[in-house]
Amino acid sequence: MDTISLAFFAIAFLIIVSSLMVVSSKNIFHSAVFLILALFGVAGIFVLLEAPLLAAAQVLIYVGAISILLIFAVMLTARIADGTVRHTNEQVPTGLVISLGLLAVMLYSIWETPFAINGAPVADGSGKKLGELFLTQFALPFEIVSVLLLAALIAALVIAKKDGPIRGRNPVGSSEEPRLKKSETITR
Amino acid sequence: MAGIGLSHYLALSAVVFCIGVYGMLTRRSAIAVLMAIELMFNAVNIALVAFGRYVTPETVTGQVVAAFTIAVAAAEATVALAIVLLIYQHHRGIEVDRINFMKW
Amino acid sequence: MFELDKLVQAIGRLIESAVTALGLGPTWVTIIQLAIATVVVVAFASLLVLFFVWWERKISARIQLRLGPMRVGWHGILQTIADAVKLLQKEDITPAAVDRGVYFWAPIVVFVAALAVYVTVPFGRGLIVSDLNIGVLYILAITTFTVIGLLMAGWSSNNKYSLLGGFRSAAQVVSYEVPMALAVLGVVMFAQSLSTVTIVAHQEKFYQWYVWRQPIGFLIFFVAATAECNRTPFDLPEADSEIVAGYSTEYSGMKFAMFFLAEFLSMFGASSVATILFFGGWHGPFLPSWIWFLIKTLVGVFILMWLRWTYPRLRVDQLMGFAWKFLLPLGFLNLIVTGFILLLVK
Repeated sequence: MDTISLAFFAIAFLIIVSSLMVVSSKNIFHSAVFLILALFGVAGIFVLLEAPLLAAAQVLIYVGAISILLIFAVMLTARIADGTVRHTNEQVPTGLVISLGLLAVMLYSIWETPFAINGAPVADGSGKKLGELFLTQFALPFEIVSVLLLAALIAALVIAKKDGPIRGRNPVGSSEEPRLKKSETITR
Repeated sequence: MAGIGLSHYLALSAVVFCIGVYGMLTRRSAIAVLMAIELMFNAVNIALVAFGRYVTPETVTGQVVAAFTIAVAAAEATVALAIVLLIYQHHRGIEVDRINFMKW
Repeated sequence: MFELDKLVQAIGRLIESAVTALGLGPTWVTIIQLAIATVVVVAFASLLVLFFVWWERKISARIQLRLGPMRVGWHGILQTIADAVKLLQKEDITPAAVDRGVYFWAPIVVFVAALAVYVTVPFGRGLIVSDLNIGVLYILAITTFTVIGLLMAGWSSNNKYSLLGGFRSAAQVVSYEVPMALAVLGVVMFAQSLSTVTIVAHQEKFYQWYVWRQPIGFLIFFVAATAECNRTPFDLPEADSEIVAGYSTEYSGMKFAMFFLAEFLSMFGASSVATILFFGGWHGPFLPSWIWFLIKTLVGVFILMWLRWTYPRLRVDQLMGFAWKFLLPLGFLNLIVTGFILLLVK
């Protein structure tokens, strides 16, 4: 078995086992750590698919930013009595049926479809061609995505502010007494 | 095994996607649902890059679209987690089957 | 003279012939070559870290007008070995309330992330484990991986000081990544390549060093790298006077040693990346290439240690404000001006 096959099976095994642990772990922090492992595996698959820049971007963005965001959210919303909270709802049999059915349909169509595989030499995925495409053919989506990221940044800041997204409104259960207006405070 | 081809990568992508679907449908914590959605995003990215490499190897269009998917996933995770934090501040719990206060 | 690259290539061929004689295919040759290269680099880095621990104690002592370790060997040079022996003999205590799996893996993650930087660092002419064509981006990506280990350590210790330390460290590292990436991007624009070997090859002569062309970039990179290594003035995550020992509070013995060593490894890593990007890598007259690389990197490490005992530490809001309100706009300005100049010159 040559290097690429060996690598593919090893990484695929890692990804599948980590994904299974993500969706079935009782401790949500463990789920987050297994998700990070799965994301690393996906970066490895990108390297196998001759997309090294995308692999580095995957690690930088997914592992280095989104995972940290998820872990922060886990830490900030942790329940104290974690052992007694059920971690799956009552849709487990339905969920199993749907996902396995979907998997069967997809695998069957992958098996049966004659893909138009092109044997041409693979383009160099290390930056130059990606950059050219970003600024010529995909310039409009590039700009739209940057505006989208700006919107997401502002939205997250506004939503997660301490006072809540609606100015002046006291969130339910956050304080026992209404806040005093500035004119009512004693300033001497 | 006659080498790894497109079908292998697509099969991997399908398996991870379905694991993500299962996680999204059955987990109670909103953050766990978000993690399952991230798995689904990654499965789609694998499929995109695999198609790009095997069907149009002379361009990197597959990778470009996958990069856009990563960026959009980042934006989505940010806003979704901000909303989850807000819900936690109000209701001290983020179980998705309990967040049903907008029902009539 | 004394160039090591011929020796390294000869060893590589020797390994290849030995493995093929055993009947294994080319896959195994690659794997074994990479494994041996990794072991050599890890051993070299670890020995250097042992030296750094002694050096830091001596530097801090001299700056504070005292002598430092003097008894164990000449001027205390074997002090680190004595400390290492002591740490290895300590009982490996795991507190009862920690999350065992995560607690066990956190120091390993931090240590491996600090070591993985050395894969694309050229230690001399032809002395690199793997010349990835995305070398610099790989280094940036791996430094983000350390944060995961710190968060794991902070969370699993089940201790408010550790949690706070983990939070602060994660926020700090994530905030300073962006200016660091912008500074690196300036150099990449000049070199037209992400590969570390290519970037070093463009800096052959003294006047070709990128530090002359990107002085602001170098300053931004150095400040951001200091923050990434959690060194003073940015060492709030491990500030003794603030939060006990931050994320490493509950760790003792060998696990604590791994955090400690990982900090020195990341310091050496940051300094070697600065050498590669801004100071010409291993180029230099008369002496062998790897000695020049060591000299330049050790000067960088000395400056990092010097800074620690000179400046007070920044408060967490000052730290974050500095990154987002000063370094980031400066980095963007640097990028725009660099792009403009390159456009005019071409």
